[in-house]
Amino acid sequence: MRNSVLTIALAAITLSYSCAQDIENKVDTPTNPPYTAQLLIDEMQSPWGLVFLSANELLITDKSGELIHFENGKKTVVKNTPEVYTRGQGGLLDIELHPDYENTGWIYISYASEEGEEKGGHTALMRCKLNNNTLTNKELLYKATPNTTKGQHFGSRIEFDNDGYLYLSIGERGARDENPQDITRDGGKIYRFYDDGGIPEDNPFVGKEGAKTAIYSYGHRNPQGLAKHPETGEIWDNEHGPKGGDEINVIKAGANYGWPLVTYGVNYSGTPITDKTEMEGMTQPIHYWVPSIAPSGMAFVTTDNYKGWKGSILVGSLKFQYMERLQMEGTKVVKREKLMTDLGRVRDIKEGPDGLIYVAVEGKGIYKLVPKA
Amino acid sequence: MKSYYSSLIFLIFIGCFGQAQESVLAESMQRGSEIYSDFCVTCHLEEGEGIIGTFPPLAKSDYLAQNREASIRGVKYGLQGEITVNGVTYNNIMTPLGLEDDEIADVMNYIMNSWGNFSDKTVTIEEVEAIEK
Repeated sequence: MRNSVLTIALAAITLSYSCAQDIENKVDTPTNPPYTAQLLIDEMQSPWGLVFLSANELLITDKSGELIHFENGKKTVVKNTPEVYTRGQGGLLDIELHPDYENTGWIYISYASEEGEEKGGHTALMRCKLNNNTLTNKELLYKATPNTTKGQHFGSRIEFDNDGYLYLSIGERGARDENPQDITRDGGKIYRFYDDGGIPEDNPFVGKEGAKTAIYSYGHRNPQGLAKHPETGEIWDNEHGPKGGDEINVIKAGANYGWPLVTYGVNYSGTPITDKTEMEGMTQPIHYWVPSIAPSGMAFVTTDNYKGWKGSILVGSLKFQYMERLQMEGTKVVKREKLMTDLGRVRDIKEGPDGLIYVAVEGKGIYKLVPKA
Repeated sequence: MKSYYSSLIFLIFIGCFGQAQESVLAESMQRGSEIYSDFCVTCHLEEGEGIIGTFPPLAKSDYLAQNREASIRGVKYGLQGEITVNGVTYNNIMTPLGLEDDEIADVMNYIMNSWGNFSDKTVTIEEVEAIEK
């Protein structure tokens, strides 16, 4: 009897482990990837976000504060850009267009800002228009508070969903025990707005006393990838864990992603943060990386331009300096590939209007992946 | 006898002065370790070991030991291009960190006196201020 109980217990343990993701998930390096990387825009210090105004016209943010307008092979520095707080990971961050840009002309920019009373900075979101290489009609839509001189975790990516809602990620600003689990504080959250910065009435914490009602989900560490799933329309993120425990999450209204109460990572020193990787009421990632790759940027491949890539997710690795392709079956990662190795820190990835992939690499510029015939 | 006392007082004075110097460095290093874990650790890692070929090591780094001014300048204004550290070539970018001069002095003191590194001269705010782009 005792033996059979033991056997059942052992079987249960084995089964639960075999269902879980491999701890040291393995990554392949293909010898003949289906593209040639062509440096389209060179000499950029720290390109952070990019967006296509039309097929051959891009806006690229540089963390240093410069906004670059690239047209007909020429770079122009855009004037009247927001004043940015360049410290640590802060600076000029992401850029996105209104879903109906052609008619509205709205451009959305996230950046680290000193606006406010306290010393330091926090993430801000603005919208504006572009006229004669100058930003006009500038409107501040959100500014997280309070400022802090910490250098970490500003986020921040911008994405629209199919219903026109605007999502913004803000990292926990190096205050993991104060911010991510507290919905009355900014940081460690994903926010949802109307396109004019107004707060949707059905946001999950509207009516909760003291809550920051722009919050859509919480318990995040530092999401620097945000993308709309091309089929389901859901918003997915990727976020930096500490040492180990980077994650991909499917963002749900009101969900708590657990940081720092549950994580697959440890402190940089190797000491534990918590022994828990899951807890009731906290949403599990669909994928986690151990060791950390330091993910930034996220794009779904929607075309057959690159053989076998359709439906994959592309993510930049800051730490190991490559682009990762995650082949998906629904929400399950079935294969990982290491691409664009040894060029530099891969910061952002976009699928262009031509269906080709464009990759921002720090210290280099923007690469275009030309499909091999 | 009188000269004996005055030498003693002199020695005590020197001793205290030395200790004060030491505690100035210790306090600076303490503040510097906080700056390090905020701004540096994600790339250069906990023990200053870096990632070979990608992020240069700070621990026992010959570059750091031999290029004091260039190292401070790198932290102050950022660093891009080729450098050789312990026989390995690095061609990467460290964007400007946005640190204040006192913070740069603190983090340099921490780095230059940790993980087997030793510097016999404390980095001061004045020294950082004087370094131009």
